[in-house]
Amino acid sequence: MKIAIASGKGGTGKTTLSTNLATFLAEKHKVVLADLDVEEPNSGLFIRGNLVHSEDKDKKIPVWEEDKCTLCGICQKVCNFHAVIQLGPQIMVFPELCHGCYACSELCPTNSLPMVSKKMGELKEFKKGNLSFVESRLIIGEEQAVPLIAQTQKYIEHKFFEETIKIFDSPPGTSCPVIEVIKEVDFVILITEPTPFGFHDLKLAIDTVKKLEKDFGVVINRFGVGNNEVVDYCEKENIPILAKIPNKREIAELYSNGEIVYTHVPEMKKELEKLIIYILKLKKDNK
Amino acid sequence: MKEIVIISGKGGTGKTSFAASLAYLGGSDVVVVDCDVDAADMHLLLKPDFAKSEEFFSGELAVIDQEKCIKCGKCKEVCRFDAIPIINNQYIVDPLSCEGCGYCARVCPVNAITNEDLNVGNWYISNTKINNTLVHAKLGIGADNSGKLVAKVKDEAKKIAVSTNKDYIIVDGSPGIGCPVVSSLSGANFVVLVTEPSASGLHDLKRVYELVKKFHIKAGCIINKADINKDKVEEVKSFLKEENIEYIADFPYDIDFTKAMIKGETIVEYDNGNLKNLVVESWNKIKESVK
Repeated sequence: MKIAIASGKGGTGKTTLSTNLATFLAEKHKVVLADLDVEEPNSGLFIRGNLVHSEDKDKKIPVWEEDKCTLCGICQKVCNFHAVIQLGPQIMVFPELCHGCYACSELCPTNSLPMVSKKMGELKEFKKGNLSFVESRLIIGEEQAVPLIAQTQKYIEHKFFEETIKIFDSPPGTSCPVIEVIKEVDFVILITEPTPFGFHDLKLAIDTVKKLEKDFGVVINRFGVGNNEVVDYCEKENIPILAKIPNKREIAELYSNGEIVYTHVPEMKKELEKLIIYILKLKKDNK
Repeated sequence: MKEIVIISGKGGTGKTSFAASLAYLGGSDVVVVDCDVDAADMHLLLKPDFAKSEEFFSGELAVIDQEKCIKCGKCKEVCRFDAIPIINNQYIVDPLSCEGCGYCARVCPVNAITNEDLNVGNWYISNTKINNTLVHAKLGIGADNSGKLVAKVKDEAKKIAVSTNKDYIIVDGSPGIGCPVVSSLSGANFVVLVTEPSASGLHDLKRVYELVKKFHIKAGCIINKADINKDKVEEVKSFLKEENIEYIADFPYDIDFTKAMIKGETIVEYDNGNLKNLVVESWNKIKESVK
């Protein structure tokens, strides 16, 4: 059972919800929490477990081997990303533009562009009771998050049983990194705040999830701030509102110190209980 | 002409609220760019007229002609993105997984695969309610290539700024440190980092500043919601000192930011007291720094 926690707008509470939900669920169930916001992974600030595994994650890029090259120009012609350029008597490779499709390497008649590994990030796995926590972080300067997200999902797929509840803390936005996460899951929780920005970006996120034909529900964070647009919209569109986390300064303060919130704030705990009942029912129906 | 980029690493720290306020104060001296192309919100405050709209094509998608396909499987074999599953005994391209590398089309022995140009979104040149130019975009749902669309809107804004002799370009960036952020940083003269005093805010600030350093761009920092955690504010400030980042201002956690947003106003229109003064002061400091 895989659940993504996503939002169009950044800073609406994805990490707060992911870490609190996973910790609460882990009181009784086996849970995996994965931070797939590899550009800015924050869940690890809230989950302090024991490191059980760590590995480098590589992408493959071509390197030019001058001696065999006949400068035929095929590599440049077949690269759709302008990552391989022929400049006079030499071939230049721009690793940050390379998507790792292997076309230049495998279509080279003299094997002058072998693919080699280049580190793009690190994966770490931690354990804390019932909770396994996996995070990957992209090396700064690497532009493409998608390959690292894909490899992290593969790691989780192989490492954990299917029936384990897996929660994916997603990157913000609606473009390729989010799609990479959402396309793999059974259910999406969209978290928003009841403000014009939150509402606008929620609608974008809903369009994205619908396009991927995923089941989803909404959690409203900072409930009470702002206006009623989000609630009215969800009611009109028959979108389930799974929980309403109140707008409380205490929550913002606990969060700012990297603390888990629900154990201190009963209203938050109550809302998470509702959400957990919903998830466990989903899991049962899913079987 | 100076280009000022507003980013944060972490989402939701107030980038757009500040960028829109600076745009308001800059008035007709500035061209504004919304580079958060996959969750663009600037238009909600600046009320642009979408005067000029154009489609943006970037990247390709492989399409297999089933009539020509001889089911040899070569395309699937070379695809590194698992984008060609076999469905009902047919090789089908999964548009969400296809990277548009074109490798499959090159190895197909019967030329059954073509590459279609992808419309990934629209971009606009608008007049705003305060009579400055806003260049903005809307990435298609689930579309790729946000970095290229960012580069496009920035490029258009630059042309306008040069041809109309503007002093400043104000760029509202996206969260993260990936391709759209890299695109928004290229060519910038000054970076405004908007952060909040939280474990996450500081963590993300440090990562995004690592990226800024690679571009050798001068940076300043605004600490938003500063009264939430005084200790973290001190941690942020000592980081700024260590890295020689200019401290611009700190702002309280104030419900007026949300109220202004609900009215569709920038904070400098909505507030006439402390908050407005702080933004005016910040804008003056930024202008001084890019001189």
